[in-house]
This record gives sequence, C-alpha cells and structure tokens, in this order.
Amino acid sequence: MNPPLPPRRKADPLALPRQALMPQGGRSRAALGLAAMAAQGRFTLQVCVACGATQYPPRDVCHECLGTDLPWRDVATGATLLGETTVHLSGDTYFRVRTPWRTGLVALDCGPSAVAHVHPDVTPAGRARMRLMLDRSGQGVLLALPERDTANMMDDPMIREMTCDPRGRRILITDGRSALGQEAARSLLAAGAAQVFLGIADAWKPFKGQDTLPGDAVPLDLTDATSVGELAAEFGGRIDIVVNTALHIRPGGPLDRRDLVSAREEMEAAYFGPLRLAQALGPTLRARAADGPYGACAWVNIHGIDALAPDPSFALTGAAQAAGLSLSQSLRTALAPIRVLTAFVGPLEDEWHQAIPPPKVTPSALAAAILRGLREGLEEIAVGDIAMDVMRRWRDNPATLARERAG
Amino acid sequence: MSRRAAYDGVVAAVPVTIPYERYSIQTAHWWIGRALAETIRRAGIRKRDIDGLCVSSFTLGPDTAVGLTQHLGMSPRWLDHIPMGGATGVVALRRAARAVQAGDAEIVACVAGDTNGPDSFRALVAGFSRFAADATYPYGAAGPNGSFAILTDAYMRRFGATREDFARICVAQRQNALGFPHALMKRKLTMEEYLAARMVSSPVALFDCVMPCAGAEAFLVMRDDTAASLGLKTARVLSTIERHNAFPEDPIQLRGGWAQDMPELYAMAGTTPAGIDLLQTYDDYPVIVMMQFEDLGFCAKGEGPEFVRSHDLTLAGDFPHNTSGGQLSVGQAGAAGGYLGMTEALRQITGTPLGPQVANARTALVSGFGMINYDRGLCSGAAILQAA
Repeated sequence: MNPPLPPRRKADPLALPRQALMPQGGRSRAALGLAAMAAQGRFTLQVCVACGATQYPPRDVCHECLGTDLPWRDVATGATLLGETTVHLSGDTYFRVRTPWRTGLVALDCGPSAVAHVHPDVTPAGRARMRLMLDRSGQGVLLALPERDTANMMDDPMIREMTCDPRGRRILITDGRSALGQEAARSLLAAGAAQVFLGIADAWKPFKGQDTLPGDAVPLDLTDATSVGELAAEFGGRIDIVVNTALHIRPGGPLDRRDLVSAREEMEAAYFGPLRLAQALGPTLRARAADGPYGACAWVNIHGIDALAPDPSFALTGAAQAAGLSLSQSLRTALAPIRVLTAFVGPLEDEWHQAIPPPKVTPSALAAAILRGLREGLEEIAVGDIAMDVMRRWRDNPATLARERAG
Repeated sequence: MSRRAAYDGVVAAVPVTIPYERYSIQTAHWWIGRALAETIRRAGIRKRDIDGLCVSSFTLGPDTAVGLTQHLGMSPRWLDHIPMGGATGVVALRRAARAVQAGDAEIVACVAGDTNGPDSFRALVAGFSRFAADATYPYGAAGPNGSFAILTDAYMRRFGATREDFARICVAQRQNALGFPHALMKRKLTMEEYLAARMVSSPVALFDCVMPCAGAEAFLVMRDDTAASLGLKTARVLSTIERHNAFPEDPIQLRGGWAQDMPELYAMAGTTPAGIDLLQTYDDYPVIVMMQFEDLGFCAKGEGPEFVRSHDLTLAGDFPHNTSGGQLSVGQAGAAGGYLGMTEALRQITGTPLGPQVANARTALVSGFGMINYDRGLCSGAAILQAA
C-alpha cells in the first residue's frame, strides 16, 4: 500500500527552492497525439483503418500493412507488466532529483508493448490499468495503475507530478462575487484545499452570498492593474492554483449594439483581465512548480463554448471568448510546467441566459467538473450537454460547426 | 542447405585498437584518422591503396563517411557507413568481404571510432532515435541502463537467473582484462564487490554497465593473395549472419536475431558450437551475453544461468569468452564497441594478442548486437573466423 501524502509543511526560508525543470518534451508529430488525448483523459492509440492493427509508439506508417491512415481510437485499458526497473541514477536533470522512479514494459491488451510509468501498487508481473497522462512537460505519457484503486493511490509522488489535486494546496479564485466563484471555493475546500482566496472587486458594493463567503476574501479587480499588482505582491508566493472564474457573458450580435462599450467589457473580462493576472502571478507560480508535492501546479480558465464557433445571438461574447482561449493556449507554453486547464461551458443557469432553453450548467456542476479535471490532471474539459455536443461537432469538423452555429 | 556463396579467397587482417580514453577533447574524425593511420602503417601500404572504406561512428555528425573521405584525403571507389551500434563490426566484415570478393574493391578498411566528452553520453541517449525520444526517454531517462534493466528483470523472472549468475560473466571478463593493456578497468573485481555495488536501475547495478569512453578500432579486408604479398597474418571468413528487428511479435526481448539465423551460421561454416575455440559476444549488459550463449547454440534457451555456473569464462578456462575483458572492462567507445570483439578475435586466432594468448585458438565466433531503438536491440549479427 502506498503511504498517504505527508501533510504540508512550512517551507524552510533558508533552503534554495528546487528549480522547476521539466522532463524532455520534444516529440515527433505523431507522438503529439498522445498529449492531445491525455489532455481529455482518453486512453487512445493509433489504429490502422486498413488492417485494424494498434500502433505504439506512435507511427506514420502501419507496422503490419504499411497503411498510412492511422486515426486515434479508444482502446482497451488493460495491460500486463512484463518487466520493470526502478531507476536510481538518471542523467536527466528532471528525473535525477526524483528517483527512485519505477518504469516498466507492459503488454497492452490492445496489442503492442509499451514502456510506461508504473505505480508502486502494481504487482510485479501483474495486471495493470493504463491511463494516458500529461507529464510536467505537457506531453502525453503512459501510466500503469493497479487494476483496482488502492488506498492513497493518487498520493504517490509520481502521480502528484502528473495531476493537480487541490488537496493541501492554496487556491486563488478570481471572482468571489459570483455564484460560480463561491461554488468553486466550497468544492475545493471540501476537497481538502489548504486555503482559498476569493477575489472581491468593489467590496463596497453588496453581493449575493457575501455573508456566507467560503474562504478568505481578498481585494481583486482584474480590470485594474494596481489591484492585480497588489494582490500578486501580497499573496503571489502563496498561490498554488489559480481558478479564473471571471466569466462575462452577454447576449448580442455585432449590429445589436451601437458602440463598443460592451464589447470592450467582454474583452476586458475574457482576455485583458486574465492576461494582466498571468503577467502578475505567472513568473512566481512557474518558479514554485517544483516546490514538493504541494507545489504550484495549475491555472484554470473558463471559456464559453462560443470560443470554438460563435452563436449569432452571443456573437460579441464569442469573439472575446475566442481571444481568451487563444491566450490559454499560449499560456500552456509560457507557464509550463504549470498545467493550464481550459473548461468549456455552454449556457449557464444565470440571469444572462434567461431566453435560452435548458439544458444549462449550474455553478455547482461547473465547480465539480473543475475539481475532477484538476484531480485527474486534465487540460481540457467540456462541461454540460451543450458544451460537450459543440465540442464533439468541433472535433468532427470545425468548418461544418461554424456553419451549423451560424444557423 | 544454405544457398549462399562462401567467402572463398577473402581474409581479414591487421586488427588495430587505439587505446581508449575516458574523456577526449579530440573528435571522432581524429580517432578514426588515428586508427586508419595505424592500420596503414602496420599493413605496410599507402593510404591510396585503400580503395574501400567502411565507417561507423555516433559522434561524427554532421559528417558521414562521405565527408570523412575529403577530411582524410581519400578517394575510395567503395564506401559504406553503418549505423548499427554493436553490430557494426560483424556487418562491416560481411559487406567488405563481398565487395572484395566481387572485385568492387581491393583493400577495404573497416573502421569505427567515437569521441566522448563529459556530456556526450547523455546527449546521445536523449536524442538516440525517434521512438526513444517519444516513448522511452520520457520515462525516467535512464537510457540503455533502464531499457536493459527491464529486459534483465524479465529474463530473471522467466529463467531463474540471479545476480550471482551475471556476476560470473562480469568477474571473468575483469579477470581477462587484467592482462589486456588497453582496458580502462584495471582492478580485479570480486563477486562480493559486484553484489555490493550501487544500484543504477534495478536490477542493473554499477558493474553491469559499460563505461562510455573515446576510442577507435579498425581492420582490413582483402583477398588472400593480396595479404600474402604483404606478408600479413590473416583469418578466413567462414560464415556470417545478420538480422534486424527479429521476432517483432515477442512482447519482450528474451532472444535476439541469432536464434533465427544460427543454423545457417554453423551450416555455412561447416562447424558446430563445439568447433568454436573462443567466443566474443557483445556485452553491453551481461543479460545480453547470456542470451547470446543460448541463441548461438552453446546451451538451450533458458539454460544460460546454468551454463555460466558450470563453465570457466576466463582466457585459461574451458570456455574462453570476451578475452580482452570486453566492453564491461575495456570500456565502450561508441560504435567501436561493435568492433572490439572482432579485433580481439582476429588477434587471438592470428597469434598476435595484446595480452595472454588463448591456447589452441584457431576458430572464433564474433557476435554483435545493437541499437535499442525503443524497447529492444534491433540489430544482431555473427561471424565465424578461422586462422588462415
């Protein structure tokens, strides 16, 4: 049995922090597919359309029939451990300070043999359950877990490197005035977060839930550089996860408004605000990414699913969401090894979506999905039926989706 | 019955080993050049007499054998560059032999050399192959130590081999190395020291690993009458085999390509394992040595552990093996590691050893193994040589 994670200790102020290094991230184009699938928490490998052979390592040509049509397909997750090693000496700067590190060769039930990270609870020569995970370089890697969950399974240091479990971590939620922010705070505290800072803009203005606020209120207005700077100066070194819940969704197409006031506000909330926050908090967060099992690990951005293709009745919001999504994608590189989790949502159950029929996403459902995404180390989640539906259409064919959404 | 033509009239000669160095500030070009110069000097020929050149190196980049011809001022009419790691020696021999036999070249110089700096090995491992970069290195980055540790673990589980069994191979080779002047490891190794050594990537410990170093090896291939006119001591090529990516259906490597081609190896040579006086295996890790004992027919599959318990693998023993000390004791000079057994075998059967002579050494088997592209070594080869 894996020992439980030791409780978070106060950092030694004299000790030099461990540098936030990453495992080697260079991959062939085909192997990038592993990361794309790991981001969604799917266990997929390339399967040859012509002959059905499963491929691994990722290839450009089928090893059986030389076919070149090798789409990624969900495959069986079972495997048997054939041989293993515990690495004690590694020349790599990331691994050498993380040894002992267990790896092995598994025979996948779907066919190929694969080198994988091996959880300590997998028995020698035993059965395993495979998952595709993102490592700290953001690349997809294979992980062999015990066939059934074991006690403290996800507390293993190797697993903590690949996940962003909020337990024991300190979290900033940017918008504590919103129901979403408050729900996210409740959910993360219930999951064992050490502390939740709730950003409150314009504190003099009353808001719903202010008397039962979970976590610690801190002044934060993402539209104000001074406010963001002050927050970073005071709390920056204590934040392990950022959950940006600032979501500003307003109806209206380009000709429904007579000026740019509202469009600017949407860009401010979806793009400039998060950019300002990333500039203020990013360097500190990144530098603390290797700070033990409770080190800084994740940045969560929420995007309306309109970011993928606009809905004409929310078109300007869609433009701002697309800008925010583009920022999220570039933050993946800029903040690495901090994981950037993008949560896509459809219509929310709020005052701005009264004219939209259900299904709509409640703040608590969105908060629960974010928690799950962090725990499983995902990079991309779609929350609610509408977002999942649009996401599937987008993966099928983005150009067709744009026409469909245009109505 | 093999349909392959024999290597009649072709001989190998002038084995050269340039003493290895742990780290070198020189380049692969420099090491290869030194080996060629020494070969030419010892053969009593001129540089332009070499009209065939076969090169192997990991650290020659961005050059290949092509760039080397200009660097060294040579104009060969036959040129080859073999990127097969530990199988290069055997493969170079068999290609050169056919070129000479067919008259495409008169004298082929086969040479392998590499330099080694403090970060060379890590850099080589990090970018070794596409599959390794995609699917091996990101998993602990232990390089070949990690890959062979996994194979060793599987072999131990399957066939009951123990660390003591692997120790017998390493200890005997160290014993051999004590008489070999160029070995980098010059201290006797005991079973106790082997077993107590620091674990590198379990079950592979310190003395299971070769020491990367700089060095070069070379030999010449020519017709027997050419060699006779030069007054050289030579060895005939009785047979060779080569195989790549053998048994891809095996989920984990417990055998190499030799197992597929062994019958032909002995049939072509007209001999059996009992007719082999000395064996040079590719010894990047002792588990691979044990597999070669099995796959080359010296014992049955799975009997490797029992074989090493019941044989004396030293120079003076009943089964002389890796008589220079092998890479485990001499060092692994990159691609030259794939030549080490070849040059040592040539010296032993032509009666020109650098250390002690193996008694009655007339027929030698040299085996090569190379390139962990992903989870297993892909290249295997072997050659049987006999004193002319």
